[in-house]
Amino acid sequence: MKMVSSTPVPELPKTDPRVKLIAAKIKKENHKADALIEILHTAQNAYGYLPMNVLKYISTELHLPPSRVFSTVSFYHFFSLKSKGEHTCLVCTGTACYVKGAQLILNEIEKQFKLKAGQVTPDNKLGVQVARCIGACGLAPAVVLDEEVFAKVSADDIVHKINAKIVAP
Amino acid sequence: MNRQDLQTIIYAEKAKDLNNKYKHKLCVCCGAGCISSGSEEVLKKLQEEVKTRGLESEVEVISTGCMGPCNQGPLIKFLPEYAIYQKVDCSNIARIVQSQLVDKKPIEDLLLFSDSRPKPFINAKEDPFFKKQHKIALRNCGHINPERIEDYLVHDGYKALDKVLFQLSPEEVIAEIKQSRMRGRGGAGYPTGLKWESVYKYVSDQKYVICNGDEGDPGAFMDRSILEGNPHRVLEGMAIAAFAIGANKGYAYIRGEYPLAIKRFEMAIKQAKKLGVLGTHILGTEFSFDVEVRIGAGAFVCGEETALIASIEGKRGTPKPRPPFPAESGLWGKPTLINNVETFAGITPIINNGGEWYSEIGTPKSAGTKVFALAGKINYSGLIEVPMGTSLREIVYDIGGGIQGGGEFKAAQTGGPSGGCIPAEHLDVKMDYDSLISLGSIMGSGGLIVMDKSSDMVDVARYFMEFCMDESCGKCVPCRVGTKMMHDLLQKICDNKGTSIDVARLEELAVYVKETSLCGLGASAPNPLLSTLRHFRQEYDSRIDLE
Repeated sequence: MKMVSSTPVPELPKTDPRVKLIAAKIKKENHKADALIEILHTAQNAYGYLPMNVLKYISTELHLPPSRVFSTVSFYHFFSLKSKGEHTCLVCTGTACYVKGAQLILNEIEKQFKLKAGQVTPDNKLGVQVARCIGACGLAPAVVLDEEVFAKVSADDIVHKINAKIVAP
Repeated sequence: MNRQDLQTIIYAEKAKDLNNKYKHKLCVCCGAGCISSGSEEVLKKLQEEVKTRGLESEVEVISTGCMGPCNQGPLIKFLPEYAIYQKVDCSNIARIVQSQLVDKKPIEDLLLFSDSRPKPFINAKEDPFFKKQHKIALRNCGHINPERIEDYLVHDGYKALDKVLFQLSPEEVIAEIKQSRMRGRGGAGYPTGLKWESVYKYVSDQKYVICNGDEGDPGAFMDRSILEGNPHRVLEGMAIAAFAIGANKGYAYIRGEYPLAIKRFEMAIKQAKKLGVLGTHILGTEFSFDVEVRIGAGAFVCGEETALIASIEGKRGTPKPRPPFPAESGLWGKPTLINNVETFAGITPIINNGGEWYSEIGTPKSAGTKVFALAGKINYSGLIEVPMGTSLREIVYDIGGGIQGGGEFKAAQTGGPSGGCIPAEHLDVKMDYDSLISLGSIMGSGGLIVMDKSSDMVDVARYFMEFCMDESCGKCVPCRVGTKMMHDLLQKICDNKGTSIDVARLEELAVYVKETSLCGLGASAPNPLLSTLRHFRQEYDSRIDLE
């Protein structure tokens, strides 16, 4: 992961409702540094990912060095520095799903939509990710499409469902 | 609210039950598994159906947590008959209600396991899937509405906390837990009573209780189901622990991947505070205890206690060398008790029924019951709870209904990335802490993945090593570099490019990593490799020196 240090980070528009949401959370947590992860969760929920200027804002508000904020973000899988795409497809690769062929499903999705796990299509319509385990092991293999869990899926099935999502207006 | 007020509420709720307000109770499983099979729609349809038939005064419809057979969802359970309907489709609901409730004639071909058993059981409790189980931690899961504290109160909820506060001293609580011989359900199996006692002994102005709900191992969903199905049970266990060790603040660290568990636990905290069983001056006593939820951000290593503490402090989740143990210096340097979700869920029955009662269940060295998440190539996957010492064969064949498609059992993986694979010749192994260790696996938190002949064991080892390599926090060299080297060698063997020297190198590396890593993640990362080498050596041999 590379930090783009040469490009200046644009100021955050303070009137943005998403910024207000983060500001409220910071206030609720009394600007305490130990609430950093909680605040990052709020920010990611609001934006879908963690833009650099948001991280800068959080570091100022919590009186933490930006390096400390960035190192925390990069440590945890849950946080993303890039947009995850308009629609997200999360393929569970936990043990039960692995035993039931999750890799084949992932391969097919990667092939059909010409991208790799962790990437977003050039038109930003679809992002594909893998999860370590979503805890739906009784229903393996499982795929989460825009927060909706699909159980016992086949590769064709899910490709079809994704197509329906990204073509729909 | 004081003790009397709470009693009044409990009596009122119990009176409702005793007066037979409802003749029938219909439970719709709304565990995470069933929700993804469409159970929320089934719940709505069922409520409508009951209403259109004008049965609301005698039929209660509730949504519950996980009932167990996740693979068969959505599920509707009819009480008091205990008839469970499986794979319920909204179009079938009218027919089911008519036959089961009105005509009193169960529809056999829609009952649980009707598609696989010669004759399904009308009372599902008679089915081996349930009959072989002994539910303690999961007792009310699937029977009560997890979003209503009143449901929990009726089922002896907060009775143990009441007993502890008004009848027992902290020393007596600890003695009871010690007598139960319960061991930590998070994986390591450290005696719970001893852990409580050591935190109790440290004198400090502030102590903490942490509930570890960072169920990171792939293939495990026990904690998730408990938190979703009966959050108050965990909360009550935490409060009892806090009373015993002298803490007034607790944290529940729950995986970010479990939004429903987080929602229900937060709801439980709110309800408990409102009723005065949590917060300041609990039930009018001097004891105060507050709990906050901390949401995990996806790092397997945070299941390790020192890493989890760092994460609650808002930092990177990297472990610290022990000692000092958290019991002495944990969260913000204060004495801290960390137990797993399932451990806390087992506390209230011990207080209510006595430590001796619990110690008589299971085996001499592993008392009580264990929850397993049964998945993989097995007919009935789902959530089960059995007495310690139940054989793997009983779990796979009697409860799990055998291998899918009538296939042959090859191995069962326990303990996730820190565990190992148990081969067919050890199917009769007793599932307890020590027997599993003697086979090169571990109990772990309870994930149990069944594999058939289609699984390639070298690839299984590679899969888990890849997981550990990704999840290594990078702080210590043996784990950071060792897992990478072992993964690359395993990949090479999987690609049929390996040699006998590579296998020897793997064995050597495994020992180094095991002995020199800083925390449990690294120290146990070689386990899947070592156990497959031990039990499935021929699969490695058949893939090396092919060129």
